Amino acid sequence: MKVLAFAEERGGKFKKSSLETVQAARGVADSLHAEFCALVIGSGVRSLAPALGAYGADRVVAVDNPVLAEHSNTACAKAIAEIAAKEHADLIFLPASQMGKDLAPRIAIRLGAGLAADCVAVKTEEKEVIATRPVFAGKALLDVRVTTPVKIFTLRPNVFTATPRNGTASVEQAEVAFEPGDLVTKVKELKVIVGRPDVTEADIIVSGGRGLKGPENFHLIEKLADAIGAGVGASRAVVDAGWRPHDEQVGQTGKTVSPTLYVACGISGAVQHLAGMSSSKYIVAINKDKDAPIFQIADYGIVGDVFEILPVLTAELGKIAGR
Amino acid sequence: MNIVVCINHVPDTETRIKISPDNISIDRSGVNYMMSPYDEIAVEQGLRFREKFPGEVTAISLGSDASKETLRKALAMGVDKAILLKDDAVRDSFGVAEALATEIRGMNPDVILFGKQSIDFDDAQVGTLVAELLGFPSVAVVVHIDIQDGGVVVCEREIEGGHEVVHTKLPTVFLAQKGLNEPRYPSLKGIMAAKSKPITEKPATPSKIRVETVALRKPPPKNPGRILGTDSSAVPELVRLLHEEAKVV
Repeated sequence: MKVLAFAEERGGKFKKSSLETVQAARGVADSLHAEFCALVIGSGVRSLAPALGAYGADRVVAVDNPVLAEHSNTACAKAIAEIAAKEHADLIFLPASQMGKDLAPRIAIRLGAGLAADCVAVKTEEKEVIATRPVFAGKALLDVRVTTPVKIFTLRPNVFTATPRNGTASVEQAEVAFEPGDLVTKVKELKVIVGRPDVTEADIIVSGGRGLKGPENFHLIEKLADAIGAGVGASRAVVDAGWRPHDEQVGQTGKTVSPTLYVACGISGAVQHLAGMSSSKYIVAINKDKDAPIFQIADYGIVGDVFEILPVLTAELGKIAGR
Repeated sequence: MNIVVCINHVPDTETRIKISPDNISIDRSGVNYMMSPYDEIAVEQGLRFREKFPGEVTAISLGSDASKETLRKALAMGVDKAILLKDDAVRDSFGVAEALATEIRGMNPDVILFGKQSIDFDDAQVGTLVAELLGFPSVAVVVHIDIQDGGVVVCEREIEGGHEVVHTKLPTVFLAQKGLNEPRYPSLKGIMAAKSKPITEKPATPSKIRVETVALRKPPPKNPGRILGTDSSAVPELVRLLHEEAKVV
């Protein structure tokens, strides 16, 4: 049996979600007594590959080709499918990052494989692999089994751990032939929006809702976030009102997040918002209304005025975080 | 321009999910259904493309008769044609994609639009599966689309912390993200007209399940939390707990 994990490189580094994926996939391989290898694809990626050794990859296959300098989802999916087939991989893991979610379905069609997407757990029971994925925006969990011989899983970022250990990987170069038709779709430019962590990857999120009363008050949220290196989130109400950009929206029609700490400020906790953040490890709620539904899922709450509390919280947490 | 939009009939976002006794599906009693919100954005985009490039917009949905309600909404918003691929059975994403691709293959589309994910099963697969099955380019989580002369596409898709500017060529599958547009509300005139527009019913191509449900369950309940106070005097205790108990800062 063989397990293969794809590691996504961006800007000369592996994303944390890729390191988590490699480590989790190695864990699955070990429990199945299966062989394991990691796979990196791009231009100039070969030299990065040995770093995956610290996350459980003794062997890394690198498809390093200048035509891949501009990422093409079709070319990359073709490469992963070809290498996975050459390696006779039975289980294929990718991070459920935007790139991973984009590639996995194409790989699934090419390999005739079922895809269990955005998994938060993968268990092996008697050689069977059962994956768990949140559904209905996390209001329920679905345990699934992939019935095809080749099985693909994408793993949700920030759920699995990436703890480096001693180890380096041996790297092999592999070639994939690309036709012009494989390279029609290309990423030509990257526009960076904010310097803060994206909410789907952030360890800590500070989120603001209507209780902030207006866009001009969100500096209180931003200051707290920056004091502790957090991402900034928002409720649907303030996004729809135009106070905050929609890529900050957390909730059923926004982003589903699973940070270690979620600080909800002036957010009442509508069903749809809770659906997006209830799997946070720790939840803090600050709201003037003691009956706000957010307090039902908060671990720690302060029933008070965000305008009074946030500056004090920022100062106190800033001291601890050393900023 | 021949525009196809794929839409799904799903439990509305207010729904408090209850698991049915079979432990693999939800209890549908009392659940209101709606067009999946990202699909509304897809329909709107199809209508805007038709405004710019004369042609026809067809909405397709796979599901039981109940899905006709969502197809009627698409007709009320202004799509020209509606097709129901009829299947009462549960399908996985591959099964849905295979049926859609079989139907769409014969339609010679220029643009195929999906929502980025369906808010029931949050798989985010079907649009991209259809693209691969048809051999078409795809751009997922798209927030801006510019279709230029000669079928050249310049669009922006959301990634972590930014946008990718993607170039490709029609025919293309787009998976719509919030921010691409603001969907219109159907006008009263549109709603009335939709009542008499036909919905073509066809059987959905049978498909084998690739991802099988073992169990559907509620997430583990959270332990009750603590209210620490009513003003900023509670902050030191909160910080202490975050540092010492939760160890998150």
